Amino acid sequence: MLPAEFVARCKRHRVVLSVVFLLIFPLVMPFKAIAVNILIYGLFALGFNLLFGTLGLLSFGHAALFGGGAYACGIAIVHYGAPWWLGIFAGLLGGMLIAAIIGALAIRTRGIYFAMVTLALAQCVYFVAYQASDFTGGENGLRGIDVRDINLFGLHINFVDPLNRYYVVAAFVAAALFVLSRILASPFGAVLEAVRENEARARACGYDVRATRFVAFVISGGFCGLAGALQALHLSIVPIETLYYQTSGLVVMMALLGGMGTFFGPFIGAGVFLLLENLVSLWTVHWQLVVGAAFVACVLFFPRGIWGTILLGRAK
Amino acid sequence: MSDIILTTEGVAKSFGKFRALSGITASFPRGKLTAIIGPNGAGKSTYFNLISGAFPPSAGRIVFEGRDITGTAQHRYAALGIAKSFQITTVFPQVTVLENVRVALQALVSRFNIWMPRGDLAGLAEKAADLLNVVGISQHRERLAGSLAHGEQRALEIAMALASNPRLLLLDEPTAGMSPEETRSMMDLIVKLASERTVILVEHKMKLVMGISDRLLVLHHGELLAEGTPDDIRRNETVKRVYLGQREH
Ligand SMILES: Nc1ncnc2c1ncn2[C@@H]1O[C@H](COP(=O)(O)OP(=O)(O)OP(=O)(O)O)[C@@H](O)[C@H]1O
Ligand SMILES: [Mg+2]
Repeated sequence: MLPAEFVARCKRHRVVLSVVFLLIFPLVMPFKAIAVNILIYGLFALGFNLLFGTLGLLSFGHAALFGGGAYACGIAIVHYGAPWWLGIFAGLLGGMLIAAIIGALAIRTRGIYFAMVTLALAQCVYFVAYQASDFTGGENGLRGIDVRDINLFGLHINFVDPLNRYYVVAAFVAAALFVLSRILASPFGAVLEAVRENEARARACGYDVRATRFVAFVISGGFCGLAGALQALHLSIVPIETLYYQTSGLVVMMALLGGMGTFFGPFIGAGVFLLLENLVSLWTVHWQLVVGAAFVACVLFFPRGIWGTILLGRAK
Repeated sequence: MSDIILTTEGVAKSFGKFRALSGITASFPRGKLTAIIGPNGAGKSTYFNLISGAFPPSAGRIVFEGRDITGTAQHRYAALGIAKSFQITTVFPQVTVLENVRVALQALVSRFNIWMPRGDLAGLAEKAADLLNVVGISQHRERLAGSLAHGEQRALEIAMALASNPRLLLLDEPTAGMSPEETRSMMDLIVKLASERTVILVEHKMKLVMGISDRLLVLHHGELLAEGTPDDIRRNETVKRVYLGQREH
């Protein structure tokens, strides 16, 4: 556990500190492709965490927002010849749109019902993508998202180079962290805290709890859609599994591992998970067993997650 | 302005087959302190929740300032001019005392702004500090609300209810679980608040409210047993029987 005053000071500069970390990270990280994955899944977990950590809503359907963003980006580029930046924008909007649809139906429920409704609706999205194979490539995935160069305001970046690729993705992640920090510090951020802390009181104060949840769900969809779009560019393909419920489970694990409701925890969770997966799978095919055991141990002994425990100490 | 602020016309509530409240018709005069009393399980909280919009009645109408507000969503009550504190303390425990009241004030001006720093909303922190002064806990403003003593949390909850500057303040057993000293200072606070606005107070300890109420309603088994001034109620034979049978405080 770090001294409380130090934590408070870091919190004030959380965006700057996160950006410094993003800049240094690929220099200490031997595998650049994994580093990119960590950023993308970290961003996905960040979007998930906005609902789960900040509002206490456990969604089991976030694959639809991540995958929706990936498909929106891929379809814009493959079928409509959109430039890379428009693809990313399409991903962001795609994530928000699917979040609006799922959110409108799911926010009426709570707890386990919310988890089940989001799961079921996300499976519907999977099914639609599976069937609409002319558009999505069906079970073969959406292929041919071929972005080799990133052009922006006369700047010309070779996207095939792993380090360049990392920094392009990191720039989007930094922007997302800045936006998240603004949201958490905003009046709406205060409402999110209020709704999480005590729904009845929030309502009595005059806040529409359902509308608040809905807006948070859509914002979450924006972050997850952006992560999905970056994933599509990174992989050059959108595998159909992106929409599968395992992806939803993955993000729950990453968010819990990192620490729910922490600012930077999602990236720690994604990093630990993906590094464990990559390292353990080098010496055993049963890597899922090892990673699963590590996850269970973490939830049992460090309920605040890795980052939450570092910042606040172990929960009593 | 009419001198009746709120009327309930035959409001009833059933939970499944159980009829917690049979049609209650009553009016509440503006600017007065009305206490709703009755033994445990009489239906006071149910009646309170109907008035304060926590859930809609199974039958009947609720009229506030001449306007039918039956079935109005809970979150619209603050803007109507009705605020409440619950029987079970409800504050935002992991947030500072000042921020609790600031958020309550914020509901009137900004609900969906995701970009501006919340501290830039002019005047809210100052107003919050004023309200903490009114309820007498301003020395704790920087503490987390969850770390306050029970009585202080109840006072905080009242400060949050006052944030919307309600014309009608509803309090459900504000002294529940309080020590005698806490109870006394809470009663003083209620009298002070009632001098400026209409207050409806739910309480099961009859003695506590006799001295401060302008009017009383007595509920028993979900029915309105009696209503009137404290003197009327004190002389009422049926009320005596109900409370005597219990050896009430
Ligand atoms: N949500 C509910 N579902 C079922 N029964 C309920 C519900 N709420 C209250 N009741 C029942 O309705 C009756 C009246 O309850 P209510 O809470 O209104 O009493 P009260 O007068 O406020 O009592 P107390 O002094 O204990 O607060 C009780 O018998 C209670 O068990
Ligand atoms: Mg009660």
